[in-house]
Amino acid sequence: MLAGVAGGVADHLGVPAKSVRLLFILSTVFGGFGVLIYAALWFLMPPATRETPRTPGAAWAEHSGRRTTRSRSRKEDFGQLTALVVLGCGVLLLLQTAGLGVGRLFWPLVFAVTGLALIWKQADEAQREEWAKTSKKWPVLGVLFGKGGFTSVMRVAVGLILVGAAVTVFLVQNGRLAQVGDVLIALLLAIVGIGVIAGPWVHRLTRDLSAERNERIRNQERADMAAHLHDSVLQTLALIQKQAHDPRAVVRLARSQERDLRSWLYDETDEADQTMVAAVKRAAAEVEDRHGVPVEVVTVGDCDLTEPLSSLFRAASEAMVNAAKHSGADKIDVFAEVDGDRVEMFVRDRGKGFDADAVPEDRLGLRHSVIGRMERHGGRATVRSSPGMGTEVSLEMGR
Amino acid sequence: MSTQRARVVVVDDHDMFRAGVRSEIGAAVDIVGEGNDVDSAVKAVIAAEPDVVLLDVHLPGGGGTEVIKQVHQRHPEVKFLALSVSDAAEDVIGVIRAGARGYVTKNISGTELIDAIRRVAEGDAVFSPRLAGFVLDAFSGAIDIASVDEDLDRLSQREREVLRLIARGYAYKEVARELFISVKTVETHVSSVLRKLQLSNRHELTRWATDRRLV
Repeated sequence: MLAGVAGGVADHLGVPAKSVRLLFILSTVFGGFGVLIYAALWFLMPPATRETPRTPGAAWAEHSGRRTTRSRSRKEDFGQLTALVVLGCGVLLLLQTAGLGVGRLFWPLVFAVTGLALIWKQADEAQREEWAKTSKKWPVLGVLFGKGGFTSVMRVAVGLILVGAAVTVFLVQNGRLAQVGDVLIALLLAIVGIGVIAGPWVHRLTRDLSAERNERIRNQERADMAAHLHDSVLQTLALIQKQAHDPRAVVRLARSQERDLRSWLYDETDEADQTMVAAVKRAAAEVEDRHGVPVEVVTVGDCDLTEPLSSLFRAASEAMVNAAKHSGADKIDVFAEVDGDRVEMFVRDRGKGFDADAVPEDRLGLRHSVIGRMERHGGRATVRSSPGMGTEVSLEMGR
Repeated sequence: MSTQRARVVVVDDHDMFRAGVRSEIGAAVDIVGEGNDVDSAVKAVIAAEPDVVLLDVHLPGGGGTEVIKQVHQRHPEVKFLALSVSDAAEDVIGVIRAGARGYVTKNISGTELIDAIRRVAEGDAVFSPRLAGFVLDAFSGAIDIASVDEDLDRLSQREREVLRLIARGYAYKEVARELFISVKTVETHVSSVLRKLQLSNRHELTRWATDRRLV
């Protein structure tokens, strides 16, 4: 609740956050270790990474400002606020009942603790957001303010005022009003002095650190990119030059390279995935490569490629190959939809089509490997075709 | 409108691509302006007040969505057709939700592109198979009872049928023949899907978009 330590620990150990919190609370009540452990963990634990990795293409577009990203507004966490207030009241009550004579110190304590909490909390959040970024004009201030803008400045300001108020009230209660000014000035001078002395050093240190890390990341990325370009684009370009006399081969190579780059840049599914969508895309790619006809794949939903579904998938591949070989169409459209417990696939071409009743007996591809296969595995296949209108094979199966 | 040549602004940051589009469609439409980033695009569009803007999804200065937002603040009547190599669902749906009336990929043929421009100029929506797939995906899943009477939150049976046929590679004309309706009716269904996509804050659509960092 406070800094997310319990949640983080729970994540790491794979147990519910509530039980970890309960453990912390219990150990605090019996002996007070909980607080110490919590504080230690707060310092030591790495902040959670919120960003999920995106595809290289999207990352590039974002980086070069070709794409608008809307930052998600964080939800106000009233639960946390309530917990903090309740916790504070509890501590105060405890101190009161323990008779520690906090009567006079009560308000200074409240002010000081709240103020410090605000500043620390802000620094903590700012660190999560901004620590990793470079080229900030004010890295030291960046530590405090982060990206929070007005809110964070307000938070730190209110925190500082509260701490100041605490000191003032303390001094006033002790009857040393006259010294208030002196003490505040001394404090201010001390803070400024420390800032002046340590500022540049901290500045340089943080800058050097982040510069070094960024350089390392950039080198790594460059190496990955170079490897990918070498393995794919360079090879294809060489092949295209060799086969320049054969336009069909050139188109096929270019198309296959385009598909490869596109999937590398924008695809979120992994090539090796054993899912319906990944399998269909692989099959379409193979048909493209082997027969030189572009295959447009559109999918809705996805599911694992189970045993019955793999026969649906094989029937669809066969239909694609048929369309590529016999239809003469310049494009094949494939649509796969996973809807609830049903999977449907359509393979369509606008080629020359055929008269379904007049298919010669020796062309068994369609009848056996598509319709027969589907019926054997409890699915359904229909073929619609007429001369001049193209062909569409519809496949359907439960999963 | 079909007798009158459409006035078009082409926005893309690749000079080669703009030149290619000019030579492909220049005979059928009037290209009245060009832009290569968000600022120049907004200026060109406001100066020319075209019927249709061909808009790249990825554009220096904030992307196509930014152009649509800035132009629509002053000229909400300008129509945009998104044109991209990007297959990322989040960017495509993003630019549609910002106000584009269609999405086609850059490997579209010249005649298909001219047809798409004419459709958008006439106020219809242009759905490529890929966009139809994304939209079906976004609107899929069970409808929770609470939102059933919320008209915007779901696709009608007919709209789903139309979208599925488009996703299967059917042209509007073929969809019309398949469902025994007129091409005009197909266009009406597609426009209504577009409106729902732009206006709906359906729970599932929002979640789908959030998953893909759209909102």
